[in-house]
Amino acid sequence: MGHYVPHTDAEIAAMLASIGLSSVDELFSAIPEALRLASGGLDLAPGLSEFDALARMEDLAARNRPVGRDLVCFAGGGAYDHDVPAVVRRLAFRSEFVTSYTPYQPEVAQGVLQALFEYQTLVCRLTGMDVANASLYDGASAVVEAVNLAVAATGRPAVWLSQGVHPHWREVVRTYARGTGHRLLEAPLAGGRTVWPSGGEPPGAVVVAYPNYLGCVEDLQAARREGALLVVAADPVALGLLRPPSDHGADVVVGEGQPFGTPLSFGGPYLGLFACKRDHVRRLPGRLVGETVDAEGRRAYVTTLRTREQDIRREKASSNVCTNQTLIAVACTVQLAWLGAAGLRELALQCARGTRYAREALLRIDGVTAASDAPVVREFAVRTPVSGEAVVERMADEGFLAGVPLTGSGEYGADLLVAVTERRTRAEIDAFAAAFEKVVR
Amino acid sequence: MTAAAAGGRAGGRATSAPLVGREDEPTLFELSAPGRRAAHLRRTAVPEWGAEELVPAAHLRAVPAAMAEVSERDLVAHFTRLTHRQFSVDLGAYPLGSCTMKYNPKLCDDAAALEGLAAVHPAAPAALTQGWMELLAALEAALCEVTGMHAATLQPPAGAAGELTGLLLMRAWHDERHAAGGARPRTRVIIPDSAHGTNPASVTLGGYQVTQVPSDGRGLVDVAALRERLDDDVAGIMLTNPNTLGLFEEDIVEIARAVHEVGGLLYYDGANLNAILGVTRPGDMGFDIVHLNLHKTFAVPHGGGGPGAGPVAVTERLAPYLPGPRPERSADGGGWRWATPERSIGRVHSWHGNALALARAYSYILANGGDGLRRVAEGAVLNANWLRHRLRGVYDIPFDRPSMHEFVASTATLKRRRGLRALDVAKRLLEEGFHAPTVYFPLIVEEALMIEPTETESPQTLEALAEALVKIGGEAGEEAHHAPRTTPVGRVDEARAARRLVPTWDAGQAPPPQPLPPGAGG
Repeated sequence: MGHYVPHTDAEIAAMLASIGLSSVDELFSAIPEALRLASGGLDLAPGLSEFDALARMEDLAARNRPVGRDLVCFAGGGAYDHDVPAVVRRLAFRSEFVTSYTPYQPEVAQGVLQALFEYQTLVCRLTGMDVANASLYDGASAVVEAVNLAVAATGRPAVWLSQGVHPHWREVVRTYARGTGHRLLEAPLAGGRTVWPSGGEPPGAVVVAYPNYLGCVEDLQAARREGALLVVAADPVALGLLRPPSDHGADVVVGEGQPFGTPLSFGGPYLGLFACKRDHVRRLPGRLVGETVDAEGRRAYVTTLRTREQDIRREKASSNVCTNQTLIAVACTVQLAWLGAAGLRELALQCARGTRYAREALLRIDGVTAASDAPVVREFAVRTPVSGEAVVERMADEGFLAGVPLTGSGEYGADLLVAVTERRTRAEIDAFAAAFEKVVR
Repeated sequence: MTAAAAGGRAGGRATSAPLVGREDEPTLFELSAPGRRAAHLRRTAVPEWGAEELVPAAHLRAVPAAMAEVSERDLVAHFTRLTHRQFSVDLGAYPLGSCTMKYNPKLCDDAAALEGLAAVHPAAPAALTQGWMELLAALEAALCEVTGMHAATLQPPAGAAGELTGLLLMRAWHDERHAAGGARPRTRVIIPDSAHGTNPASVTLGGYQVTQVPSDGRGLVDVAALRERLDDDVAGIMLTNPNTLGLFEEDIVEIARAVHEVGGLLYYDGANLNAILGVTRPGDMGFDIVHLNLHKTFAVPHGGGGPGAGPVAVTERLAPYLPGPRPERSADGGGWRWATPERSIGRVHSWHGNALALARAYSYILANGGDGLRRVAEGAVLNANWLRHRLRGVYDIPFDRPSMHEFVASTATLKRRRGLRALDVAKRLLEEGFHAPTVYFPLIVEEALMIEPTETESPQTLEALAEALVKIGGEAGEEAHHAPRTTPVGRVDEARAARRLVPTWDAGQAPPPQPLPPGAGG
C-alpha cells in the first residue's frame, strides 16, 4: 500500500480472506457500480517520496518573500511580526499536543486540558473578564460569536459596528449576518475615533476596537449604550499597557491572539480570543475547560457546560463550533508564561516606543502627514503623496514590507498603516524612514 | 500570592513526580515566584520613553497584567510534564469514530515550517506571495478532483465553518431565485437523524429550520420518508456519505434526483471522505456543495482540538457565490492575482484560511498522489471491516452490513446482562493503552461505540485492539465502573465541574464557589 499504510500484500490478502472477500475492490460493493471511478482513478500526479514532495514545497516557498532580514516588516493590520522564543516551538509543538484531539476522554487528556485551563486564566487576567473559552478560529470569528451572544442575550437584533474594527472582520460579520438576519450599522471614524449614532434602533451589541484599525486608542466609555452589550475587540499586546476593557464596562472581549506565539503564517492558523462576564457563561461559544476532581478526589480538568454545545443541543446550540484552535492557544500560553508580568509590559512598551519613534520619523518627511492625533501604541496611519499600494510596491525593492495600504478602501482618509513591533531596532527604523522618503518623493 | 495559595509549590521543582507518582501537576500560577522571569527582549536602541510619555495616563493600566512568573527551565519542565499526561496519535491507536485520527506524516510538519511559507505576511501584495497563491490554487484543484467539484474556497478554518459557508452559499443561490420572482421562499434543510451535531447547529445559523428524516432498518436514509418531507420550501439536504454509521448511502442517486426535482441542493458533509478517496466522488453522486475536513482526511494533525481546515467545493453553477478573494491566473498569463467572485457571499475568515494547515494537506497530497489516496481508502475500509467481523458475537453490531471506514458497535445487550455500558468500555480501553472510540454517537444507536481504526494502524495493532475489546466485553459492568485506574487521573467528575464552575485558576482560589446563573449547568 501507500507510504503511510503499513499493510503488506500478504497481510491484506489474509485480512480479506478472514472476512470472506477475495479482492480489495469487493470492500466497496455497497457503492453502486455507476458511481465508481474508472480504473484510472483520480487525475492527480503519482505519489512522491517525502524528499521530492518537500522539494516541491520548497520551490513554492522560494517564490514568496518572507519577512526577515531581506524584507523588514512594518506591516500589521491584524497580523504582527513578533519574536517567538524557542520554547514556544519546542513545547507547544511536541507531538502530544500536536497529534491529540478534543479532550473527549479527560483521563488521558489532562495535558491539553490543563494547558487550556491556564490559557483561559491568562486570557481572563489580560482582559479583566471572568470566563474565557478554549479559543475560536481567529479575530473575525470571535467578533461574529460575540455579536451572536449579544443579540441572543439582549433580544435585540441591531448591531453597531465601529469602522475601527478590522475591515476583514467586519466583512465576515456581514457574511454571517446573511444567515442570522442581524441588522448591522457601521459607525464611521473621524480623527481616528468612532462617531456613534445618536438615535435609531436600540442595539443589542456595540462593537469597538481597542486600539482600532488605525492604531488609535479610543474612549470605550463613548461606545456604551443602555441595554446593549459592549463588545471590545482588543489587541492583546496593547493590553500589556492599556487599562483592561473591564475597566470600561466591557461585557465581551475578543481579539486576535496571533501576536502571542504564532508566526505570520500567511494569515492562519491564528487564534480567536473570547472572554466575557460570568453572566453570559451559558451562551459562551465553543469549548470551556473547568476544574474538578477525579474519583479519588485528585484535582482534574474536563470540558464543561457541555450542554451549550452543538453535539448535545444540536439546532438549539449557542454556536456550531466544534474543532477550534487549541494548539495555537497552547502556543499562546507558553508565550505568555515566557513573557511573564514584567515581560508583557516591556513588550507592549517597546512596541509603543518604536511606534512613536517611527511615526515621528515618517512625519518629518515632506508630504507625509498624520491621519489623526489620537494616541497610538503599536500602529499608526499616515497620508502619503503617492498611494499606499505604490509605497508598498516601491519599498519592497528597498527591503521593507512598508505596511498595509489603506488608499483603496476610502473609509479611512489615509494611505498606509504602519506597525512597529518589539523586533524593530532603531537602525531598521532609521533605514525605513530614509527609504520611505526616497520612494514618496 | 500567599504560600497557601501556591500550595507550597512556588518556583517549580524539576522532577517527574506527576508522571511517576500520579500527583497532579501544579498550575503555572502555583509555580510562579514573584519577580521571576524567562523573557529577555531584543535590544533595539529606540529611545526609552516612559509609558506616560507615550499614552495619556487615563488609558494606562495601574498595575501590570498578572501573568505567571516562571523561569524558562520551570516552563519547560511544566509543559513537558503536561505532555506526559496526554494521549496522542503518535503514542498509540486512537479509534475515535468520525474524527479520522490517522497518523500524521512528519513530512507535513517540515513543509509547514518552511520559512518561505511561515514568515509571509497575509496582507503582502500578490507580487510577493506568488508561491503561496500557486500552492492554494493547486490545492484547490486537487480537492476539486478528489470531490468531483468545479471550484473551492479554502477559507473555512474548520468543518463546522465549512458547513455554515455551504449553507450561506445555498441561501445565496435560493435568495437570488426568490428575488427574481416566482419561487417560494425556502425555509427548511433536511438532515438525517444520524447527523453530526454541527449540521443542525449550522442550519440554524444559516437562517433555516431543521427537518429531520429518519433512518430505515438498513441504517440508511429512509427514501420514502424523505420524499414525504420534500417540497418547494426545502432549501436542501445535508448528508454524510458514508453516513455516521459507516454505511454508504446506496440510494444516493435517487435521493439526489428527488432533492433536485424540488429545486433543493445537496450538501456533502466531508467528515467521512477518507472512506471513498479515489473510489467515488460526491460530485458524481449528485452533490452540489462539499466541505472537506483536511484535519481528518488529509492528515493535518488535530492539535488537541484544532486548528483544522474546512474548505468548501461547489459545482459550476454555485462558483460565482464563493467567498473571496481567491487566487486566479492573471488574464495576461503572467502571475497569480486575487479575485473575488462576482456574487460572492463575502469573506468567512480574517485572511486566507488556516494557510499552514492547507500547506500540510497539500504536501500530504503530493506524497500520496492519486494512487496513494486510493490506497488510503482501501486501508481504512479494510481495517474497519476486519475489526467489525472480529467483534461480532461480543458486541452488538446493530447494522451488520459491509461498512466503510468505520462501524458502530453497541453494548446494549451487555448492559442488560452485566451492566456494561459504552462509557465503561471506553474507560477500560484507556487502561489497555488505547484511546476510546466515540461513544453515545450516533444518537440513534443505544450505547453506541463508534469505531474508526483508520488506514495507518497495522494488522498487529488492530489485533491488539480487538483483543482488548473482546476482553473488556467479557467483564462485569460493576468492575468496569471503576476504570480507568492506570491513567494520570481516575474517572473525572464531570457533573461537579458543571455544578461548581471553576473556569480559571483564580475562580478556584475564591471560596466558596460562586453559584452559576440560573439554568446553567451540564
